[in-house]
Amino acid sequence: MKRVEALKRSHRLWWLSVVSMHWSATVGIAVWTPVPGFLPWATAGMRRHVDRERALAGTWSGITVEASPAVPLGHEKERRGLVARYRWLLEDPQRLREWRWVTVYGFVAGLIVSVPVGLVGYGLWGVFLAAFGPYLARDAGWEGLWYMFVHVQNVPTGLMAGLLGLGIARTGLWLAPRAVTRHARFVKAALAPSEQELMAARIAHLAATRSDAADSSAAELRRIERDLHDGAQARLVAMGMTLDAAEHRLSEDPEAVRALLAEARASSVAALQELRDLVRGIHPPVLADRGLADAVRSLALLSPLSAEVTIDLPARPEPPVESAVYFAIAETVTNAAKHADAERLWIDIAYDPERTALRVGVGDDGRGGADPSRGTGLAGVERRLATFDGVLAVHSPVGGPTQISMEVPCVLSSPKTTSC
Amino acid sequence: MRVVVAEDHFLLRDGLVRLLGAYGHEVVAAVDNGPELLGALVTEKPDVAIVDVRLPPDFSDEGLRAALAARAQVPGLPVLLLSQYVEPLYARELLADGAGGTGYVLKDRVTNGAEFLRTIGQVADGGTVMDPEVVSKLLARKVRDRRVGSLTAREHEVLGLLAQGRSNAGVAEALVVTEKAVAKHIGNIFTKLGLYPGESDNRRVLAVLAYLEA
Repeated sequence: MKRVEALKRSHRLWWLSVVSMHWSATVGIAVWTPVPGFLPWATAGMRRHVDRERALAGTWSGITVEASPAVPLGHEKERRGLVARYRWLLEDPQRLREWRWVTVYGFVAGLIVSVPVGLVGYGLWGVFLAAFGPYLARDAGWEGLWYMFVHVQNVPTGLMAGLLGLGIARTGLWLAPRAVTRHARFVKAALAPSEQELMAARIAHLAATRSDAADSSAAELRRIERDLHDGAQARLVAMGMTLDAAEHRLSEDPEAVRALLAEARASSVAALQELRDLVRGIHPPVLADRGLADAVRSLALLSPLSAEVTIDLPARPEPPVESAVYFAIAETVTNAAKHADAERLWIDIAYDPERTALRVGVGDDGRGGADPSRGTGLAGVERRLATFDGVLAVHSPVGGPTQISMEVPCVLSSPKTTSC
Repeated sequence: MRVVVAEDHFLLRDGLVRLLGAYGHEVVAAVDNGPELLGALVTEKPDVAIVDVRLPPDFSDEGLRAALAARAQVPGLPVLLLSQYVEPLYARELLADGAGGTGYVLKDRVTNGAEFLRTIGQVADGGTVMDPEVVSKLLARKVRDRRVGSLTAREHEVLGLLAQGRSNAGVAEALVVTEKAVAKHIGNIFTKLGLYPGESDNRRVLAVLAYLEA
């Protein structure tokens, strides 16, 4: 049955190569036609079509063809002039490859998968001739019935054609799975991005995340500077002035001095409180002391929601990753409490040694509808994790519940012995 | 009272020693790191230890760990933790043995000498003192424990004040009610939390612990 399935697949792939020709024509016409939006629409359709072939290579033959590392087709400018339009089509290597595929290689790929389909079809024709050939030759007067080298005239020649046909159909079936695999290899050869391109994409990603990281740390420093300047620093100055006033009035009005001193002490308490909040915003002390696991437990302890924490972490991740993941979790927990109208919260942290990655899931029973593309909170988390090649996935249908998953590749340090 | 002080910051350690001296207490050891602290606590067995949570050599929670280790060897050894910040997780670990004689307050509190000395006295007497900041943080969240959830708003207030180490009289004063009313509230709290008069268990400590874990 596997062969029959492969035959069906060959057949489907063959049709896809016909569809390829359609996209080749559409894109070709789009280049020539100065209708705004036509060319981007045509190339987007071409990409969807090619993506389907990529996906089929993966699911049917287990051959992964990396998707385009290039930016997805989006708001691309309409170019004026034929040359400009051709250049636009060809300047992105990924798009060029796709265009080449639908125009030339898709056709070749179609030939590969047409072989088993054709053989089985021809084989069935032989079987048909075995059944009806003698009748057709004798009664319908079909003189020129040939099956390969057999001139079908009567029952024995009909049977010969039948046997030949069975053999050919079997060959076709035998070829079918091989053709599907060959097709997938061909898809990979023609459509996979080159090493250089992957490298270029990787460099672009690193440059983008580095600049994000630099931006956010610069913004963070500005915030700290401003908070210190407006908060603790100002309070300490005020305290100095209050103490000075107290010193001057020491002999004449002890009651007023008492009030001033009380004020100075209140200022010192407030300044300390501000410094504490500032430190917590930079790097929570419990994270520094105990690491991610206890810091998240503490977060859950203080959350206004009823929180359940499951942690499977044999050791501590590197400090920068730990901090990024902590703040990512803190942000999602805050979101759940602030926007989701949730009652309960789950936090799962586990280390996956196979993928050498830290996995975090945060779920709540709130009203859902969280979307990283709206608002800055989740987008900020996404950028924070991207610095470490981490990814964020949000599943939050309107009406809830919300499930947020994060995965950050990292290695764990050797287990540290603590009291916990 | 015989006091052990552990604080790595020279100015603060010196200040503490002077403050305690000024109020007539004897500082039997003033150390600046975890291992020395553990040694001093076990050999001196002071009436009270004043311990900074973050100490060398790790600069993480060395002080807390040394205090817990010492209390494992000398049960009920009174320890007052001082910290630049308060962490409910640490408060819970400190209270976990239920023996009392513990306190956990912000370093800021030393600026009010009289109040600070009163805190030391309460811890030395086997009481439990939590910083108002811990208590207010815990009050702000939703309570998950059904036992604690069944407390009335007034009983929550009373439990919060108990956690700050106040005596019945102190609670009565803060809430402007009679001491008898406070005793009644406390009785109700113990019943609702399932804390019945035992031989050695310090019910006030257990109540605060239940509160921290709720």
